[in-house]
Amino acid sequence: MSLILFIEQMLNGLQFGVMLFLMAAGLTLIFGVMGLINLAHGSLYMIGAFAAAWVAGLTGSFVLALIAALAAAAAAGALVEVVVIRRLYARDHLDQVLATFALILMFSEGTRWVFGSFPLFLEIPPYLSGPVRLPGGIQYPLYRLAIIVAGLIVAAGLFALIARTRIGIQIRAGEADREMIGALGVNIAALYTVVFALGAALAGLAGALIGAIQSVQVGMGEPVLILAFVVIVIGGIGSIKGALVGALLVGLTDTMGRFLLPVAFAQVMAPAAATAVGSALASMAIYILMALVLIFRPRGLYGVA
Amino acid sequence: MRAETLLNACVLLALAAVPLWAWVADEPFTITLATRLAILALAGVGLNLALGLGGLVSLGHAVFFGIGGYAMGVLASHAQSYTPLTDWPVLIEGTKSMPVIWLVAMGASGLAALAIGALSLRTSGVYFIMITLAFGQMFYYFAISWPAYGGEDGLSIYVRNGFPGLNTLDPIQFFALCYAILALALWAMARLMRSAFGLALVAARQNAARVEAVGIAPYRLRLVAFVLSGMITGLAGALFADLNRFVSPVMFSWQTSGEIIVFVILGGVARLYGPVVGAAVFVLLEHFLGGLSEFWHIWLGAVLLGVVLFARGGIIGLVVGREVRRD
Repeated sequence: MSLILFIEQMLNGLQFGVMLFLMAAGLTLIFGVMGLINLAHGSLYMIGAFAAAWVAGLTGSFVLALIAALAAAAAAGALVEVVVIRRLYARDHLDQVLATFALILMFSEGTRWVFGSFPLFLEIPPYLSGPVRLPGGIQYPLYRLAIIVAGLIVAAGLFALIARTRIGIQIRAGEADREMIGALGVNIAALYTVVFALGAALAGLAGALIGAIQSVQVGMGEPVLILAFVVIVIGGIGSIKGALVGALLVGLTDTMGRFLLPVAFAQVMAPAAATAVGSALASMAIYILMALVLIFRPRGLYGVA
Repeated sequence: MRAETLLNACVLLALAAVPLWAWVADEPFTITLATRLAILALAGVGLNLALGLGGLVSLGHAVFFGIGGYAMGVLASHAQSYTPLTDWPVLIEGTKSMPVIWLVAMGASGLAALAIGALSLRTSGVYFIMITLAFGQMFYYFAISWPAYGGEDGLSIYVRNGFPGLNTLDPIQFFALCYAILALALWAMARLMRSAFGLALVAARQNAARVEAVGIAPYRLRLVAFVLSGMITGLAGALFADLNRFVSPVMFSWQTSGEIIVFVILGGVARLYGPVVGAAVFVLLEHFLGGLSEFWHIWLGAVLLGVVLFARGGIIGLVVGREVRRD
């Protein structure tokens, strides 16, 4: 195993983690501020990817596709919040799970109705395709590197938004005491819609960025959603910092597990058996990580006790 | 309560009467539909113990459903190919006998529930939901990536497993078997709801601190409930696999977990017959809407959303007109 391959896989893990962060940040923000568990977050990811693939197919512009993804996901998020989600804040988690599960069914089948069952494809634009040469002679796809950079910029922007701006102050205040900020004259209903749309836009952006690597299809959101749940369980629900650390941990564990475990088992087993055991174990690695975190920190790494 | 008892009796009678009519009228498909309904209802009865009585919103009950299914698939496939499961340290052979398969299914899913429950019950609320969902996904990916038993393609069993004294290939006889198990499970649940354990479990949902103050540990109550719940759902999984003579990782998928929750909620949470009514509505919607439109899940979603937002006691609650206290 060469060092170059190792570094490549680390970068892949980083890229995966950054994408998971975009999903997990919205989820954890929505949970932190509104106390809502939103299973339909994966549908917003899917909507972003479909909007991007559709607009890219019409116009050929990747930038327009990304803007469309952000706009479509944010609009869908705001609409869903006003029509359905708003009624769920006062309900228990079971009702929230069911209502958002119902939303998944409607979004998934609705998308299948409009776009059909065949996957769409989103092309990587020419100026981002091809490999780039990193220091040390590593060839790495430029697009994946761009995802890492874009994700880190968005993460920095989100931290700045939460820490520095007026709306960020309101969001943090909303986490601490929603009745008090209402009494102080903040329009809570509007604030909630904005937070939900913001989380939706992040999910839509992630969907569009990943849509260029994988195919854009119905049901693409839910596996990512569940990984994002793992991320926020590890990081601690409601903590954006926890979401970032958790996302990178999960991204690296998953990618490196898939890469290293079969190699490690090959030292002691026949190659075919090692691949089977290694890949089966690698697919479980992040859940084992989650279980370990739970044993030692039941509220996650950065959760409030 | 009396109206609900009457409704329950009607549901149980109808579930027996429709297949009997179909048997006389020679409509085997209707019998299969009713068998599917009874099995799915059994899975719901299992979840209702954890979710309805214990207040444990498990989004990972597909784990137990799938383990039950794979218990049947693994044992029957070894019996089918005349190869032992293992010959070391003791020889374990496959089997085509339903009672043995059921015991293995319940034992294996109970063990899994013990492990998952012991970890997940350290947390509560939204953490619990996400963690059970994540464990479900872990089993799903494990089933996909483990090639020995079909991997992603699943396992087909050519002949349905046998039960002493019955011809299980005859639809009505297999239905009778599933119906008897469902009735037994409902009877056991009714007993359990009135037992000291059931009352303590409900009390722990309503106010864990008070239960603790009288010297009962809520964690252990919930763990026992979770294990029992997993065992019942595992048994349903074994029956479901036998109904289809096929198991695949889909049984482990998060959609399956979601659907089992839907049975419980559509019918009415914490109601004894809630899962039966819910599964009936689900199977009927699937059958009739599925015939009308390829995209019937949209309408299922709409119905579900309507029930959650406007009919909080579920369908039994709508009919009987009273909500079960849920605090």
